[in-house]
Amino acid sequence: MQKHSFKLLLILSAAGLVAASHFQMVDQYITTVIMLMGINIILSTSLNVVNGYMGEFSCGHAGFMCVGAYVSSVLSVMLFTSNRIFGPPLLSADLSLFLFPAVILAGGLAAALTGLIVALPSFKTRGDYLAIITIAANYMIISGIENLDVIGGPRGFQGMKRVVNAMGDRLDIPWMPIWVIVGTVFCVWVIRRFVSATYGKGIIAICQDEVAAEIMSVNTNKMKVAAFMLSSGLAGIAGGLFAHVYGYVNPQSFNILKSTECLVMVYLGGMGSLSGSVLSAVLFTLLIEALRFIIPELNALAHHLHLIPDSYEIGQVWKWVIIPLILILTMQFRSEGLMGHRELSDFFPFLKRFYRMRQAD
Amino acid sequence: MALLEIKGLTQRFGGLEAVSDFNVRIEEGSLTGLIGPNGAGKTTIFNLTSGFYQPTEGEIHFGGRDTAGLKPHQITAMGVARTFQNIRLWQDMTVLDNIRVSQHYRMGYSIWDCLLQTRRFLRQEREIDRLAFELLEAMGLKDLAGERPRNLPYGLQRRVEIARAMSVRPKLLLLDEPAAGLNSSDVEGLITLVRWLQREFKITIWMIEHQMKVVMSLCSSMKVIDFGKTIAEGTPEQIQSDPKVISAYLGDENI
Repeated sequence: MQKHSFKLLLILSAAGLVAASHFQMVDQYITTVIMLMGINIILSTSLNVVNGYMGEFSCGHAGFMCVGAYVSSVLSVMLFTSNRIFGPPLLSADLSLFLFPAVILAGGLAAALTGLIVALPSFKTRGDYLAIITIAANYMIISGIENLDVIGGPRGFQGMKRVVNAMGDRLDIPWMPIWVIVGTVFCVWVIRRFVSATYGKGIIAICQDEVAAEIMSVNTNKMKVAAFMLSSGLAGIAGGLFAHVYGYVNPQSFNILKSTECLVMVYLGGMGSLSGSVLSAVLFTLLIEALRFIIPELNALAHHLHLIPDSYEIGQVWKWVIIPLILILTMQFRSEGLMGHRELSDFFPFLKRFYRMRQAD
Repeated sequence: MALLEIKGLTQRFGGLEAVSDFNVRIEEGSLTGLIGPNGAGKTTIFNLTSGFYQPTEGEIHFGGRDTAGLKPHQITAMGVARTFQNIRLWQDMTVLDNIRVSQHYRMGYSIWDCLLQTRRFLRQEREIDRLAFELLEAMGLKDLAGERPRNLPYGLQRRVEIARAMSVRPKLLLLDEPAAGLNSSDVEGLITLVRWLQREFKITIWMIEHQMKVVMSLCSSMKVIDFGKTIAEGTPEQIQSDPKVISAYLGDENI
């Protein structure tokens, strides 16, 4: 029973969340924040595979998210709705409900393949080069899409709302919260399986001593590419969900700032800690949303106290001072992050009773 | 046929000839020593044997197969394991995980088996665990399975590193200065361990070692190199009285 209690808790809280959203006990805004939380959890845990567990430095995570977002958006719009460019739907809109996971996975697959293209040349070199190449890849993906007029170019791409609505027509429950929860649980579960298997532990060995890993029969090149593809593929899934939550994507929402957000979440949560990444994604989302309210208050207060000239307003751009500042402060005062290579169960051993984890016993 | 045969091995790094025209035949079941002053090129020979560098010239045959062009992990999978002069364990993984990860060479499952936790995956993981515990038990390290090497004394870290090398079921074990940094009782333990490994697992051992006590009591034959060149070979007794060896280590007496 105790072994299953974690799963049970998860299912109950997910059901509670969906029900609350369905019966409008919580408003649309809170539902959206919760969905954003899920997407951020996917982003931070998946980036942690490369930056934390494997110890490489990728900083173009949003680029892969972008690929996933566009591929799954275009697919779902093309398949299930009639569109000026793509013509009538290829499949009945009724099928959208069943094929939606496949569409999202297709986005993830496309992102993983993009990851492969980036990984193959960059893992021939070491260290900083991956950081540079991933930033470049991020820019290339964005400018590539901005120059593709078929999918809206810099104006962005929309129409996904109608797909989501089509699912709602079939069965009137809040589908997007459900899909985001399913996607989040799926991604965390995949990563946990990966890093707790002998296979996936190869990347932890690469992080701690790559020479030793190679000599102890770990195919380091293959493992690096596999881990990078897994990471970018999951980012693609996050992108697909993100696109369908908002019903609209714009290349600039996946720029270097988004990648920075992902980095902040990973380093805040702790490298190589899955529960740390989940925790920091939740905290980070809450912080970002709180800033929306705090910044105007701060502005009003500063004006009231005459701390700043009347002509200057503290705007939301200050978010981009605060987020990097968090990163700097984390590096200064707690460089290993909140959890740093440990899991929640290492701090609270009683949690171990509730789920099974392969341990050295 | 020799288990390992190296012919005309030469390695240049830019203008430096780290190893020049090195030849060796290591017979199955033997325990051979490789000594030489610092910077003589001993570790380079080991790095070449385990595939870290591709030799500038020369051939390395292991078990009759040319290892040219093979990656280190492939050579390890063929049955060559090694330890390092400075211990290179994965310091933040448990001892058990150190052994587990070294089983990548025999892992008969793919990433999909791993993610879907197929029967094949579960069977393999159980097998890996069983073998790892068996080895740790045999090496007297079972109680340390859950420890991180970082927290172990140096002598035990050596032992764990040798256990990790043994976990790939090698035919040939390369030991790079296994006694470096050990105190005298650890050295005694090491000598016993190496003898036991050779007897128990029927492996061939090639070791770099400076401590005469270790070399004298373990090796049946040895080679001495200096500045990349072989200057002497023979039994430990012959080596010890060879004037060229003495001058390489202690300098020429007519300076």
